[in-house]
Amino acid sequence: MARYILRRFLISIPVLVGVALILFLLLNVVPGDPVTLMMGEHIKPALIEAFRARMHLDDPVLVRFGRYMLGALRGDFGVSYKLQREVSGLIWQAFPHTVKLTIYSAFVSWIIGIPAGIFSAVKHNTLIDRSLMGFSLMGVSLPIFWAGLLMQYVFASRLGWLPVTGYYSIKYYIMPSVVLGWSSAGTVARLTRSNLLEIMKNDFIRTARAKGLSEPSVVACHALKNAMLPVITVMALQVAGLLGGAVMTESVFGIPGIGRIAVDAITHRDMPLLQGTILFTTAIVIAGNLAADIMYAFLDPRIRVEQANS
Amino acid sequence: MLQIRNLKTHFFTRGGVAAAVDDVSIRIPPRSIVGVVGESGCGKSVTALSVLQLVSRPGKIVSGSILLDGEELIGKPSKQMRRIRGNKISMIFQEPMTSLNPVYTVGRQVAETMILHRGASKAEAMDRTVEMFRAVGIPAPEKRLKSFPHQLSGGLRQRVMIAMAMACKPSLMIADEPTTALDVTIEAQILHLMKELERDMGTSIMMITHNMGVVAELCDYVYVMYAGKVMEHAGIFDLFDHTKHPYTQGLLNSIPKPSGVRGRLFNIEGMVPSLLRLPKGCRFSPRCEQAVRECFESEPGLYAVSPGHGVRCFLYRDCGDGGEAI
Repeated sequence: MARYILRRFLISIPVLVGVALILFLLLNVVPGDPVTLMMGEHIKPALIEAFRARMHLDDPVLVRFGRYMLGALRGDFGVSYKLQREVSGLIWQAFPHTVKLTIYSAFVSWIIGIPAGIFSAVKHNTLIDRSLMGFSLMGVSLPIFWAGLLMQYVFASRLGWLPVTGYYSIKYYIMPSVVLGWSSAGTVARLTRSNLLEIMKNDFIRTARAKGLSEPSVVACHALKNAMLPVITVMALQVAGLLGGAVMTESVFGIPGIGRIAVDAITHRDMPLLQGTILFTTAIVIAGNLAADIMYAFLDPRIRVEQANS
Repeated sequence: MLQIRNLKTHFFTRGGVAAAVDDVSIRIPPRSIVGVVGESGCGKSVTALSVLQLVSRPGKIVSGSILLDGEELIGKPSKQMRRIRGNKISMIFQEPMTSLNPVYTVGRQVAETMILHRGASKAEAMDRTVEMFRAVGIPAPEKRLKSFPHQLSGGLRQRVMIAMAMACKPSLMIADEPTTALDVTIEAQILHLMKELERDMGTSIMMITHNMGVVAELCDYVYVMYAGKVMEHAGIFDLFDHTKHPYTQGLLNSIPKPSGVRGRLFNIEGMVPSLLRLPKGCRFSPRCEQAVRECFESEPGLYAVSPGHGVRCFLYRDCGDGGEAI
């Protein structure tokens, strides 16, 4: 098992370096001179040259990439052009907000998605099934900014139950978490339902019934564990995606998380900050993948034993 | 012990009603192995699932009676029926590969039955599982408890299934083609094991198969089914020595004989009719070499050719009615 985890971890490293390289090259070909962007257009050419030299902007791109990666290894992602502060500091400042939003919305997503999927599967092709699936389809289909605005209008502006924007207490996180959680609950519910229906057709379910188990026990003890394997993978990836910053939600609800600073970085062409946030997001998604793989191995004995044997 | 009387299980599909089991009567006496033989789709498995009330939609038991030790099973509340499944009547299936849950150890799956029906503690159930594994010939039973199904061979998995089925010492075990997915040597071992268990534990076995060889090897009594009906039933020696029904004769002739003349094997011409479009008259008539005009017009009853030997064929009408198994 430890070897399996180590191997999966080692595979992740080249992926991360590859993403970083592509990102670096792409941002390098984006038009616009960083020094001009940073200091304004009406500035003496000599000063620009001096700054370029200080920031090593005239070095070959691979040399700069190497320098950047060495810095990144030490946790140094450069300095934001716009804010003139360490990128890593800015990310660490924003991350707790994103983490909070992620935890709350993942919770919403699971407590809606998993039971909805199970009920739909157990009562499939009935009105309950169709209503639940319609509800989850709505979650997936409604654009977050629209659902967010609608909720702000109803619950904040009209009813005055919740604050419109901000991040000061858990109350502020209710609407963004519901909007975000609902959108991923749809995927979780549909996946749970289809997997469970598929598993319920298996011979071992018939065996469980022939043993004399009640239908709820058959579903809960024999079908669910099998059906949840792919769902857990998706859930881990969703969490990783959310941790990378829920751009729309954070913008609509004014939460200064990773997504929000990424948007700000794009608006101000703040390359180091943008690069830092994207790289950070990538690392989180890769870690989520890794976590999903490890969890999968824990839950599915077929994979666990295969790994032990290899 | 088990008496199935005039059982009708139909499937209500969009294309019409399929009478998968049509007026079937089967009797399984205590301490006996009764074979139910027939081609795929003849209603053998549906009969077995009807006994356990596990026919899934769109199938439904329409009428008939299933008595277990005099107790009617049809219409029994599901809670009471669950106490019978796995306890008094157990079942093993054709595919040992897929009949066990892949995410649980085999020990746990066998123990589950005893915890459920016998109220055994986990430790007791595990001890008993080891005993059961030993009884069904699983080597190193203590070690095997912790194995997952995919770590075992097909033969071992079927032994696990048998251990699970026998765990609560049921009075009847239904075996639905238990050896079809296994190779010949393993098949012989499993059949031998079942015979031994029947002898040692006194459990009756309803053996569903399409293999006449298995029937000859194992069974005391045989029912031959075709398109949802019992065509012939008889004691094992009677059936092989005095085969009456043209369909049974066809089945027996289809078995390759080592001493026979080399050449094309015998086959019954035609195909099993669709249950949605059954022929008028005898269901076997379109394929029957001995069919007369009457066979295409009306359905024959079960005629008693000798005590305990019934045949559904007009050729034996002179023998008189009363060929029902009960």
